[in-house]
Amino acid sequence: MRSRRSGNLATYLVLGLVFLVVLFPVYYGLVGSFMGERDTNSFPPALWPVHGLQPDNYSSALRIIPLGSQYLTSVGQTLGIMVGQLVTSILAAYAFVFLPLRWRGFWFAVFLSTMMIPFESIIIPNYLLISSLGLKDTIAGLTLPFLATGFGTFLLRQSFLSFPMELRDAARVDGAGHFRFLSSILVPLSRPSLAALGIWSALSAWNMYFWPLLATEDPKHQTIQIGISQLQSSDGDSPGMVLAGVMLALFPTLLLVIFGQRFIVRGLTTGAVK
Amino acid sequence: MALAYLVPALVVFGVFIFWPLVKSVLLSVQGTDILGNPSGFVGLVNYAKLFSDADFLTVLWVTFAFTILTVVPSIAIALFIALLLQTRIRGVRFFRTAFALPFAFSVATASVIFGVLYNPASGVLNGILSHLGVDKVHWLTDPDLALWSVSGATVWMQIGYNLLVISAGLGALPEDVLEAARLDGASGLRLQRSIVMPLITPQLFFLVVVGTIHSLQSFGQIRILTVGGPEGRTTTLVYSIYEQAFANNNSNYGYASAQAMVLLLIVLIITAVQFGVLERRVFYR
Repeated sequence: MRSRRSGNLATYLVLGLVFLVVLFPVYYGLVGSFMGERDTNSFPPALWPVHGLQPDNYSSALRIIPLGSQYLTSVGQTLGIMVGQLVTSILAAYAFVFLPLRWRGFWFAVFLSTMMIPFESIIIPNYLLISSLGLKDTIAGLTLPFLATGFGTFLLRQSFLSFPMELRDAARVDGAGHFRFLSSILVPLSRPSLAALGIWSALSAWNMYFWPLLATEDPKHQTIQIGISQLQSSDGDSPGMVLAGVMLALFPTLLLVIFGQRFIVRGLTTGAVK
Repeated sequence: MALAYLVPALVVFGVFIFWPLVKSVLLSVQGTDILGNPSGFVGLVNYAKLFSDADFLTVLWVTFAFTILTVVPSIAIALFIALLLQTRIRGVRFFRTAFALPFAFSVATASVIFGVLYNPASGVLNGILSHLGVDKVHWLTDPDLALWSVSGATVWMQIGYNLLVISAGLGALPEDVLEAARLDGASGLRLQRSIVMPLITPQLFFLVVVGTIHSLQSFGQIRILTVGGPEGRTTTLVYSIYEQAFANNNSNYGYASAQAMVLLLIVLIITAVQFGVLERRVFYR
């Protein structure tokens, strides 16, 4: 009993130490966003707001870059990609599981192959295409390349495969066609998997960096991710303000990770690549 | 009829993945004029140039070093934390959620925070070191240090995801096997090393593959923290593609596309290795 208790104490000590180190950037991001320049720009810098809190950082961040409209752009991009991926993945996974599909193996391989091609290796033609269509600085330009996903299709296919066939047969006997079955029985009963895919899509869309950097030029139409990196280079002298921008960009995904963790785990190992 | 359900996804794949793939290959065998337009077929000239270009060989080396410096530590640290969280102590739920938080950070948010921490004049890292009597370190501008600093930030970004994967693996360990081992007197380190570790090799292997591919694709942290410098010491393959094609209106699409094809080839080889050779050996259960 005694050795077990001291073992626990040691575990707590090590865990606590690792906790401090790993979560320090989270702590400093949050606390720093409320710190004034007297704290952040002295040396050595303060680790907590010695000279009081400075919520003004947030309003200054909003003043220096159009964070408001960038927020809207990010929301539009995220919703567009999430809804698009859900729709295309539901349809495709449905065909793979429930429909008599000719050349199933071939189409499966096609979907699989999309997961092996890193987007960075085809980003140049995508950029040329989007600019030649005049879609730079638009939500369409930000979302179109990502409206379908092999990962999402496989995630939903896994879930559909375990759908009880008796239920499907019962629906068919009752005269429900494919689309009716899909929309009023399958989708409502697959909510956990759809939530998993929705959260994964939203996280990756909101957090995107490379593509929005290329697909937008006008600061008003940039996403929040590009905005905060601009904030850093435009005013490196007030870390508090820069961190305030970071916290604004971080807020939605932080909520998703804290409250959606069990859905995230569901999608973890689907599809080895990406 | 059934094909109609695949069409929406296939259209997106066709227009934004497969056609660009063909286009990339085509661009890579053409020259580029100063306006960025393809200037005619040049065969493998871009590729030949790649491997005689000392800068590009440096890029490959930096990419390789960056991959090792990020994949290995991020898995090791996550494994260490995951094993600590396996012990039956109070508050594990809290720690579990807390350690997953880095997962919420985008490459931009994390990089900007690390940029503030790494700041040589007023950053917290140098602040802490100054208490230990260490002079100001130039984390991002010292040529010998920059890649390590960018890798450090990247390791941090990876920990959350790796931890979730390893924890999921640990949570699914067959309880009867563990119980049998305990009955046979295995405990502590012995249990971890001989029973737990072999059982989670599939997760670890998965993380090595995914982590390697992810590291190869890294871009944001380099662009935000070092812009590829100092002296190109943090210019990885993807950053180099960006630099050739997009930075300073270079528009050197032909040469950049050849580099993009090298990236594609490397990722395809890693994927093939994953599917073909190693997976069979790892999943021996």
